[in-house]
Amino acid sequence: MKDLSYKAVMSRNNEIMKKALGIDYSLYEYGKIAFNYERMMKENSYSMEEVRRIQKENKVGNTPLFELRNITNLVRKYVPKGKGARIFIKDEAANASGSFKARRASISVYDAYRKGYKGVIAATSGNYGAAVASQAAMRGLKCIVVQEVYDSRKVGQPEILEKARKCEAFGAEVVQLTVGPELFYVFLRLLEETGYYNASLYTPTAIAGIESLGYEIAKEVYESEGKYPDAVVVTNAGGGNLTGTARGLLKAGAKDTKIIGASVDLSGLHMASDRDFNRKSFTTGHTGFGVPFATMPDRADVPRNAARVLRYMDRYVTITQGDVFYVTELLAQLEGIERGPAGNTSLAAAIAIAKEMDEDQIIVVQETEYTGAGKHPMPQLTFARSNGIEVRRGDPKGSVPGKSIVIPNTIEQIYLQDIDVMKLKNDLIRNQTVRKNVEEITEEDLAYLCEETKLDKDKVLDMLKVHGVKVQ
Amino acid sequence: MSIAKKNDWVEIENIVLTAEERAPQVPDDTKKTPLMMWTKGFLVDDEAKIGDEVTIKTLSGRITKGKLVTINPRHVHDFGNPVHELLEIGMELKEDN
Repeated sequence: MKDLSYKAVMSRNNEIMKKALGIDYSLYEYGKIAFNYERMMKENSYSMEEVRRIQKENKVGNTPLFELRNITNLVRKYVPKGKGARIFIKDEAANASGSFKARRASISVYDAYRKGYKGVIAATSGNYGAAVASQAAMRGLKCIVVQEVYDSRKVGQPEILEKARKCEAFGAEVVQLTVGPELFYVFLRLLEETGYYNASLYTPTAIAGIESLGYEIAKEVYESEGKYPDAVVVTNAGGGNLTGTARGLLKAGAKDTKIIGASVDLSGLHMASDRDFNRKSFTTGHTGFGVPFATMPDRADVPRNAARVLRYMDRYVTITQGDVFYVTELLAQLEGIERGPAGNTSLAAAIAIAKEMDEDQIIVVQETEYTGAGKHPMPQLTFARSNGIEVRRGDPKGSVPGKSIVIPNTIEQIYLQDIDVMKLKNDLIRNQTVRKNVEEITEEDLAYLCEETKLDKDKVLDMLKVHGVKVQ
Repeated sequence: MSIAKKNDWVEIENIVLTAEERAPQVPDDTKKTPLMMWTKGFLVDDEAKIGDEVTIKTLSGRITKGKLVTINPRHVHDFGNPVHELLEIGMELKEDN
């Protein structure tokens, strides 16, 4: 019998992953730190044509693209004449299971099915669980979803409890845990016990699945407006949504579209803290994931993360929890669609960004998600209050994550906070070199870092110099 | 109802790691607590009462064991209390337009 202790299981990580993914990541590694990202994507995924065919077969994709005329008009009341871009939204809630996550899940579950796995496992507290469960149901595969959901009092985030219910509705087993990164240990144990496929959020198939979203946006906007969107705003956490959407836009030819990441500011809250866990109203799409995953993508549940935002992101902004609740109301009360709230992070940012843009420009919010019991502003704010969080109207500038949620009085009070993307790139370079005790790299590593950061050679060399890293 | 019969839908509890066994990178407040796990399924044993060590068959068909904590576990999440701060937004927007 195998040793199931924490240490023993964690030490079998690579072996378990190889079996559960069917990918040998070492094939793509070269130089001292480099790996061939594009080759990994190409050899372990599907073409755009195949992706779209698989998705159509399983009730995913071709979601409606709506222009938010009333919200756009509202924005224009607060800006000088000639400003206020047209805001569009891709209604991803229309996918099977109610979110864009179905795009990721559809390709991974297809891959599992094609490779002969009997079931799939996903570690997620988000919409992705239901997406995998729904796709597995259609392919006749078994499904287990592992969630981080409770604090030590067994009090669960209403949003996550709803996601558990939805997974069960599609016939999945849900394993629920208290807070902590050792979720990964439970995940590995289940993979080993069942021999199921690791439907990770971060595999090449998961990212390829999202590419169709960027591709559809580019094609649909071009078809109706005669040009590609000027900007696309993407809620950013682990980075897959942004990476896949950007790659899809590029594949469709929208090379000049600005890719803007948006996260809810949860600075100061520790993601693995038992106390902090229920003091946040957003379980994803926040800076607690967005920043660390940007600067160190290979921290996920796969050896090499296919989600690498700094290769694509032009700008990264944060907004507050209160902003997102406010725009969720806007979407319902002005546009007549009840969605989110978490998925409306990018909408909140887009409203603020649209103010800076010209009126003939187009900004696309690339997702919505279903709403329901637990996953709705009322239960989430009720829950916040029951955890001692102050909820009030006012200027969100005064809000403190974990202490208060301030819902703006008007859209004028939705402020963008820019995260310095150049600093993130610098951190990524540091994390991939000196932080790994690598003080000398090769020319090919240098070229790799240029791709990782979307920077030219001189800029990367400058950053390496600061960290004391030499190039052979 | 505190007695579960064979095939009843139940929830079981397991301690995955005791407080002492928690990973080194876990923050201090979390380290004081065990890593707990809950799983639902159909009771395999003929009969059991709350607190008994039982075997269940989960929705994925997996057979697993743990302490029986709930019989017929209910989804308790709902739409919360009315939130005045949200209710007023719609009215404001109509005045604004």
